[in-house]
Amino acid sequence: MLQLRELQKTFFAGTPNQVRALRGVSLQIEEGSFVIVIGTNGSGKSTLLNAVAGSFLVDRGSIRIADNDITRWPEHRRAAMIGRVFQNPFSGTAPTMTVAENLALAARRGQPRGLGRLLPARVQNELRDRVATLNMQLELRMHNPIGTLSGGQRQALTLLMATWRRPDLLLLDEHTAALDPKSADQIVRVTEQIVSEHRLTTLMVTHSMQQAATLGDRVVMMNQGTVYADYSGAHRRQLRAEDLIRRFDEIRRDEQLDVSAAELLRDAYV
Amino acid sequence: MTLLLSAWTIGLILSLLALGVYISYRVFKFADITADGSITFGAAVAASMLTRGVNPVTSSIAAFFAGCVAGLCTGVLHTRFKINQLLSGILVMTALYSINLHVMGSSNVPLLSVTTMTTYAQNLGRWMTGHDSATVLGWPVSARDAGSLILVFATVLAIAVIAWLFFRTELGSAMRASGDNDQMIRALGVSVENMIVLGLCISNGLVAFAGALLAQYQGFADVQMGIGMIVWGLASVIIGRALIGSDSVGAALTGTIMGSVLFRLIIALALRWGLNPNDLKLVTALFVFGALVLPALMMKLKVRRHAAAS
Repeated sequence: MLQLRELQKTFFAGTPNQVRALRGVSLQIEEGSFVIVIGTNGSGKSTLLNAVAGSFLVDRGSIRIADNDITRWPEHRRAAMIGRVFQNPFSGTAPTMTVAENLALAARRGQPRGLGRLLPARVQNELRDRVATLNMQLELRMHNPIGTLSGGQRQALTLLMATWRRPDLLLLDEHTAALDPKSADQIVRVTEQIVSEHRLTTLMVTHSMQQAATLGDRVVMMNQGTVYADYSGAHRRQLRAEDLIRRFDEIRRDEQLDVSAAELLRDAYV
Repeated sequence: MTLLLSAWTIGLILSLLALGVYISYRVFKFADITADGSITFGAAVAASMLTRGVNPVTSSIAAFFAGCVAGLCTGVLHTRFKINQLLSGILVMTALYSINLHVMGSSNVPLLSVTTMTTYAQNLGRWMTGHDSATVLGWPVSARDAGSLILVFATVLAIAVIAWLFFRTELGSAMRASGDNDQMIRALGVSVENMIVLGLCISNGLVAFAGALLAQYQGFADVQMGIGMIVWGLASVIIGRALIGSDSVGAALTGTIMGSVLFRLIIALALRWGLNPNDLKLVTALFVFGALVLPALMMKLKVRRHAAAS
């Protein structure tokens, strides 16, 4: 379970470039729930994910995962509970190391690392078996540097790595956005398979209305650093991509209204 | 023959320096200039212990740990105090200059009259040949030179094997991944900062150990002996990369050692052919410059030729 209370974050505070990225976000995500986060550019959705992952510490508010208050924990310590897949397929894997080495590193996520061998034969077999479940023939390339694989293949492996040890929370940050449509579809399928198989509590950011309408059991729409809409249960099941696009239009018109109202007021009074 | 043997021996001793530079420069992409100070630090610590009658093996190992401390300082300056990589190294290197003078008590400590690893090497050579000198392939070889080469070779081999094994452990692999993709390994629960500190410790430990062996081989420790050593190490690492051309750990370690020996042989030959020893650092620097620039230049030429062809 993930519990966010009144999260606030301002970047470049006190400078002309000040950005109030999170303006009090509260969100409770139940165990086993698959939540899709959508929003326009700059709405704070990626910032929210990074705040949970610990890429930076929030200014105010609290973050709890499974009864642990992790608000002040550094990123590497949170990793014991959080599995993470990045937007850039190159971010989640160490390119000069082999597929097997990358997976074995992930198999010890959040565990102490000692002077035991990384890849004893027993572990190698287990790695190969689980890679085979991806159905991408990658088990034949276990000893190739992972940097020689395509973006889609690397992203599928990153997904496998993030969930190798069952995480309390899986964070997916637009993890199909940088892929070609065919690879993106494949990664969506692998995501569904892994999330449902392990019943993972998942927070997924996406730009794709299609994914938002079809994946997961709850959709959270963000705008200007706050939660703008939250669909779950029956509302979520009736939700279609067109409805989401309409809500985005509303947001856009709201903003335009603000701008034109400001202009009107300026004309009248300044 | 003496020249050749000594070039081999010094090349092998300095390959430990190169292995240290491999860890900082290749694994972490950290140009760690601390090496210039820590190689002298190792020599200074070993020399001052040897002149007080401490056993050569103990002295050399103490030098290793002294180097670790130097690396620790650089690592902490960089990771905890957020000082730029190069500047952290420069600060520690500069501080070490004074520390080295204190440790040695003077700017030069001769080691010819005390028991050192070279004494062991000479005994080893005598035991093997039965004489103070022997004939190998028609060349006269002194027991001291032959013994030194064998001893140094065995030491380097042992350290290389340990390094190879280490980089295949969970910890060593996490260290490699920290240099390869810090974002990824952080998301897998590893503190990249701690890895950098540990890596620099080991790196400078090796460099200092090389300094201790070098001082014992050449028979003195000198406060100036570290100048430009980082560039030496870089040259060896770069030659090693070119020789082997693979990123696997075993290949990189082997290549680095070969690179160091080859580079020393080239320098020995160049000196033999009349290169002014004063120009040595200049030539080394130019070499590293070339090695850094050439690959990109070749790429550009290839692309241009490709464009012209199509």
